[in-house]
Amino acid sequence: MRNVWIIASREFRQYFISPVAYAVAASIYLILGGIFFINIYFAIRGSQIDPDGRIVLGPLVTILLFATPAVTMRLLAEEHRMGTLELLLTAPVRDWEVIVGKWLGAFGFMLVIVAFTWVYPYILNRMTDPGIDQGILVSAYLGLVLLLSTMLAIGVLISAMFKNPMAAFFVALAILLVLWIVGSLGSGAGVGSQIAGSLSLVDRYYNNLYRGIISLPDVLYFVSLTILALVFGSQIVESRRWR
Amino acid sequence: MIQVEGLTKYYGDHPAIVGLTFHAGVGEILGFLGPNGAGKTTTMRILTGYMPPSSGTARVAGYDVVDQSLEVRRRVGYLPETVPLYPEMSVVEYLEFMGSLRRVKKLDERIEAVLEEVSLEERAGSFIGNLSKGLRQRVGLAQALLHEPEVLILDEPTIGLDPAQIIEVRKLIQEIGRSRTVLLSTHILSEAQQVCDRVLIINHGEIVVEDSPGNLQAQLAGAERLIVVTASETAELARLLERLPGVAEVKQGMNEGEVQVTCTAGNDVRPLIARKVVEAGMDLLELRPVGVSLEDIFLQLTREEAAPPVEA
Repeated sequence: MRNVWIIASREFRQYFISPVAYAVAASIYLILGGIFFINIYFAIRGSQIDPDGRIVLGPLVTILLFATPAVTMRLLAEEHRMGTLELLLTAPVRDWEVIVGKWLGAFGFMLVIVAFTWVYPYILNRMTDPGIDQGILVSAYLGLVLLLSTMLAIGVLISAMFKNPMAAFFVALAILLVLWIVGSLGSGAGVGSQIAGSLSLVDRYYNNLYRGIISLPDVLYFVSLTILALVFGSQIVESRRWR
Repeated sequence: MIQVEGLTKYYGDHPAIVGLTFHAGVGEILGFLGPNGAGKTTTMRILTGYMPPSSGTARVAGYDVVDQSLEVRRRVGYLPETVPLYPEMSVVEYLEFMGSLRRVKKLDERIEAVLEEVSLEERAGSFIGNLSKGLRQRVGLAQALLHEPEVLILDEPTIGLDPAQIIEVRKLIQEIGRSRTVLLSTHILSEAQQVCDRVLIINHGEIVVEDSPGNLQAQLAGAERLIVVTASETAELARLLERLPGVAEVKQGMNEGEVQVTCTAGNDVRPLIARKVVEAGMDLLELRPVGVSLEDIFLQLTREEAAPPVEA
């Protein structure tokens, strides 16, 4: 476990000295800020019902769909391209420790970014009377963190497959988008559409946690998908050795 | 310390190495020589636990590279061909990262010591991305030495260095080699000649020859050759030398007055040549032996391997 921590903390620090991280952070805050402002504006003019934390979290989830592949794309692809993967794989470190370390580093970084978005609900809380629904806020943020961990794990998995970060970005984005839209098939009655519906990342999030319902199956869904992606990622790193 | 038996690795259908068998003991520097694509890097990657062999066994520091990979990796220092560095880290940060992964005790002291060893103390705080190629190579070497490994595996450690740095690195390797096992690959033959106790020439994934550099030279040198330079005409000189006992062949040299003499084995005809040339009234300008270099041996061996039927 110590190795996981060492790799994660290197990765975490890495984000703050690379321009990619600041670009991602800046665009997230810019877009969120804009949307927040517009929402407040219309709320003040009375043309919209009183806003709650979701005016921030709704768009944030959409932005993260695009941001997480950008954050994870280089994690293993670049190590592979630069030859530093050879360094890690010949150090006394297990393959899964590399994968989990990378994921944890990215997770830590994204948590810092997400933590700062708390400022919007905070402002909102001060502006509205009697304040926004804290329960929904906590539940929605918990869901966001779970969703984030899953998306990052998928990103790490894809990054392990490629030598080129851009390729990793697009493939990870495509997979996340598919998991995103697959929920729309879930409205049908057949077994297939039920399976499709239960696979959907977003339905799990928007239908329950986002609305303040914390249910065990949803939490388990995110946690197990994260673990699954990380296990696959470790397998891919290991399979690299056999080629 | 390194025991390799019947090591074979296929990439798909293509065999990279076939049935390699060799060993290296403590305090020995084993040179791994061969043209590009001969299988040097593949062998090293197997020995460092980066990839498993298709068949055969390898034990490093007493541990099997497949079954006890982590134990092997703890005891091996490895410098891959493309030096694995993180350009956005400083030298010290990089060594701290690697040292903590390798659980190095008293890491700060070790980093200091190893930086001194590769003479990088002054660049400790520099970003690796800003270092020259030679300095980066040394950072890579520092990384390989950091945990005081029992076995050191270096893939072309002097590539890209300037002559002064090459000498330094070779000296360093020789020092390390006294108490550890070093496996070093190179395609520079003089390097193997200078640094290694034993040389292993490998071509097309197979060992062609294994011996000490000295023996190799003696074995394959056969007859000795001399260069004789005088101020007189070549033809005249050649006529004179051809008649001497112990001279097998006289060939025209590069310049006027210069010939290349091949002696019959075991005969040192230098004193005789010197006397006769002077007696004949010629001015002797130069008389020197041309040893057969490892270069010749290498070309001879690898060529024989590579293309026998072409000229037939």
